[in-house]
Amino acid sequence: MIKKTPLYNLHIQHGAKMVEFAGYQMPIQYKSGIIQEHKFTRENAGIFDVSHMGQLFISGSNQLTDDLEKIFPINLKNLKTNQSKYSFLMNDQGGIYDDLIITKLKDGYLIILNAACKSQDFEIIKKKLENKYELNLDESLSLIAIQGPKAKDVLVKVVSKITNLKFMNGEEFEYDSSNIYITRSGYTGEDGFEVSLENEKAEKFVDQLINYGAKLIGLGARDTLRLEAGLCLYGNDLDEKTSPIEANLKWAIPKSRVNTYYPGSDIIKKQIDDGVKTLRVGIKPETRVIARGNTKIFDQNDKEIGKVTSGTFGPSVECSIAMGYVENNYSLTNTKIFLEVRGKKIPANVCDLPFYKKNYVKGEKNV
Amino acid sequence: MSEVKFSKEHEWITLEGEVATIGITKHATEMLGDIVFAELPEKGKNVEKDGTAGVVESTKAASDVYTPISGEVVDINQSIVDDPAKINEDPEGTAWFFKLKVKDLSELDTLMNKEEYEKFAKETSS
Repeated sequence: MIKKTPLYNLHIQHGAKMVEFAGYQMPIQYKSGIIQEHKFTRENAGIFDVSHMGQLFISGSNQLTDDLEKIFPINLKNLKTNQSKYSFLMNDQGGIYDDLIITKLKDGYLIILNAACKSQDFEIIKKKLENKYELNLDESLSLIAIQGPKAKDVLVKVVSKITNLKFMNGEEFEYDSSNIYITRSGYTGEDGFEVSLENEKAEKFVDQLINYGAKLIGLGARDTLRLEAGLCLYGNDLDEKTSPIEANLKWAIPKSRVNTYYPGSDIIKKQIDDGVKTLRVGIKPETRVIARGNTKIFDQNDKEIGKVTSGTFGPSVECSIAMGYVENNYSLTNTKIFLEVRGKKIPANVCDLPFYKKNYVKGEKNV
Repeated sequence: MSEVKFSKEHEWITLEGEVATIGITKHATEMLGDIVFAELPEKGKNVEKDGTAGVVESTKAASDVYTPISGEVVDINQSIVDDPAKINEDPEGTAWFFKLKVKDLSELDTLMNKEEYEKFAKETSS
């Protein structure tokens, strides 16, 4: 049975082309198309229905913090209430079951999980916590992202008190006489917010955002936006056989956690000390040819050295862009590589990520 | 110029003397979405009816372009390679793909007229 989000009817009304994604009917694009939707988000404010993602609430006190640190490679003790961090659910081999955002709440934690992973994540986390805490993968809540340079100006008209919210921080606000939770975060490389609210209120809320000038944006543009921003898509760029170190996400594991236990910690420590064989890099083909996932990567001497995990045309950078894994000694910026597309070797260069420079806002100051 | 004919692979074709102009239909571009890459056959190449004669890629996926008839490629539209967005803007006009010196005119008889194609496109997309 394919699920629908509470915004399903609104998507149809707005001319969405619907596709199945992770068991949900989701909008891949609306009438204006992926490129226009992408550019609108970069210049204005885009609304994304991400209600298919998991919102896992775990309640508990200090002991919960200790127990969660045995699961996630982050420093939760130092996290302030309402602060968010990017982290991973990992297996004992150092591979990634899911990448996620964890936010400390007054009486527990909120973890945002990928739609395709959320059921498995729930079971893994529940088992590791040995039924000591109440876990709620809350299906009664929708999740709406609003992203872009005008996201704040639009959202402030609906929820007036959000202006002081800092990047990777959240807060509870009141909307339509109920509590909603908003974090300043996103997946587009733009300033933006993610809003968690009751399913019954989602359509009215989004209608208001639309009335104030924001537009609905589909999963197609969400993918081109995140790739331009150099952000990983679980299932493409990250999986159970890839470690955060190989994925070039070492920054997400604080130094204080390198020598303490979490699943796969021994392997991660070894990888940090000794280096890894393959590394995720940005890739820019020299032509307009698009190198999609699974495209083989070669060196100048025709030796196979890796493969592409995500590739598309970047509407804002106006060129073909990709990410992939290459053998470590080919990971330096400007290394010449070749991508095999339809039998031809296309010249390309390893490049720095992101392709598109971020505009995150910390408080009221641009950084 | 002759009547426009259409293939089941969503190409259109017109004939002027013994030279055919081929492109993809508006319906095809609507199914593909924003086109961001186009690859055309080389001039002088001989292509066979229903064989691959190019590629278009949208932000979502790559699709082969087929030739509805056989012939020798005598011209290609470089402007759509340089700016593939033109294909979405005017697919059945200025954004033609390639021209062929037709090998066998009778191959055109196997193709659909506008009315038949519209019916076909409607049936296959629903």
